[in-house]
Amino acid sequence: MANLLEVKNLNVFYGVIHAVKDVSFTVGEGEIVTLIGANGAGKTTTLQTITGLIKARSGEIVYNGENIISTPGYKLVGRGLAHVPEGRRVFADLSVYQNLMLGAYTRKDRSGMDEDLEKIYKRFPRLKERVNQPAGTLSGGEQQMLAMGRALMSKPKMLLMDEPSMGLSPIYVNEIFDIIRSINEDGVTVLLVEQNANKALNIAHRAYVLETGSIVLEGSAEQLMNDPKVKAAYLSE
Amino acid sequence: MSSFLSYLISGISLGSVYAIIALGYTMVYGIAKMLNFAHGDVIMVGGYIAFICFTELGVPPVICILAAMIGCLVLGVVIERIAYKPLRGASSLSVLITAIGVSYFLQNSALIIFGADSKTFTSLISIPSISLMGGDVIISGVTIASIIACIVIVAALMAFINKTKAGQAMLAVSEDTGAATLMGIDVNRTIALTFAIGSALAGIAGVLLCSAYPTLSSQTGAMPGIKAFTAAVFGGIGSIPGAMIGGMVMGIVENLSKAYISSQLSDAIVFALLIVILLVRPTGLMGKNIQEKV
Repeated sequence: MANLLEVKNLNVFYGVIHAVKDVSFTVGEGEIVTLIGANGAGKTTTLQTITGLIKARSGEIVYNGENIISTPGYKLVGRGLAHVPEGRRVFADLSVYQNLMLGAYTRKDRSGMDEDLEKIYKRFPRLKERVNQPAGTLSGGEQQMLAMGRALMSKPKMLLMDEPSMGLSPIYVNEIFDIIRSINEDGVTVLLVEQNANKALNIAHRAYVLETGSIVLEGSAEQLMNDPKVKAAYLSE
Repeated sequence: MSSFLSYLISGISLGSVYAIIALGYTMVYGIAKMLNFAHGDVIMVGGYIAFICFTELGVPPVICILAAMIGCLVLGVVIERIAYKPLRGASSLSVLITAIGVSYFLQNSALIIFGADSKTFTSLISIPSISLMGGDVIISGVTIASIIACIVIVAALMAFINKTKAGQAMLAVSEDTGAATLMGIDVNRTIALTFAIGSALAGIAGVLLCSAYPTLSSQTGAMPGIKAFTAAVFGGIGSIPGAMIGGMVMGIVENLSKAYISSQLSDAIVFALLIVILLVRPTGLMGKNIQEKV
């Protein structure tokens, strides 16, 4: 399987704090790969560095055969790399429809956009019911769906998802993970960052464990699920 | 009654000019989250460009207005590129001090280039005045032009923001620059576009202001700039309808207090009103309540 994303020896600093230490991992085309780890392990920082929101100190990020480490963040969506950020960050004052159309900001194929909009409404019927409502009035779960729909409107090859289950009720959590799996089945490669390691390992093909900025374990999702250290630290439910 | 009407109409006219200036403050604040204190001085530059084109070069008025708009647009974009862009991410205090520095730079450059004595600006507006109520109330051409310009500009801006992709990108950047970047929006370009629009509006405001109050000096933009800034805060900074309403209220209150209370106290009354409004509604008339998001 060809690697769609390859992160090599990535180092990121916040001032003097070394937040991501020599991190290397790969995501193959069509895979769901998850980065699990505790709060402050560097998961979000890693994702934000990939999409150019944070500048790396050193390392390489090869996406689709091209080193994107110094590419400005806004140029990546057009190349098929979409990011559903932590905390959803929908545009609260804008309507659901406006949010979705901003997701398609880099696209020009009007008919393809209309088609994708219909697909998104089919996947998230609740968004269709609320098209003209300001995004800020949606519930947390609905906002998560909107953030995912907005990212899908860019017609991504690869989706980065940061804590999609954070702050959601258990019903929504299950629904969100089902949707991630079905998005992946439609051919979108997924890099998933989660604190809910149980759920993440359930849908992922492979996983990496981050601890204080470094990768300490890696393997297939199944291997990690049965790893005694992972069980003790992350699956203690 | 007829004199009240005259004062009211000239207040609306002055308010229209404040509103056009306030739009520049409010858009830049909404999108770049900075107070561009040099905005008032861009108006002054617009006034000088129009003055040179019309009085010294004898260019037709419409071309003079276009020249003022384009000159200010270029100036605004250059100021943003040179002075503000390098400070993206810096503390807001540094940006504010830089803006004040740019303001003094523009004023003193004008002083060197055009001299300390003020110029007499010949009105560019040749619309005939209208007399109402048997000649008791006369509405001047500049007044008509200012009011129409303000309405057209606000309507056009609202349409631009709500109907175009670039306008939607502005709204996205004003809410969350990081999320806007993730949508593929070039935040720097969006901010530059905002400065371009705001500064072109300052060019129009310069022409209208100097046509109504025909003395032009390096200080011309300073006081209207502060008042328009006040109008923007008053209406709720970041809000376009707020800037329009704030500008109108400022102009009307200023003119009526000049007429009926005291011309010396009118500025004090206007600023006192601002303080009262901010005590009652800290976000201004149309301002949004800032909500904590979890």
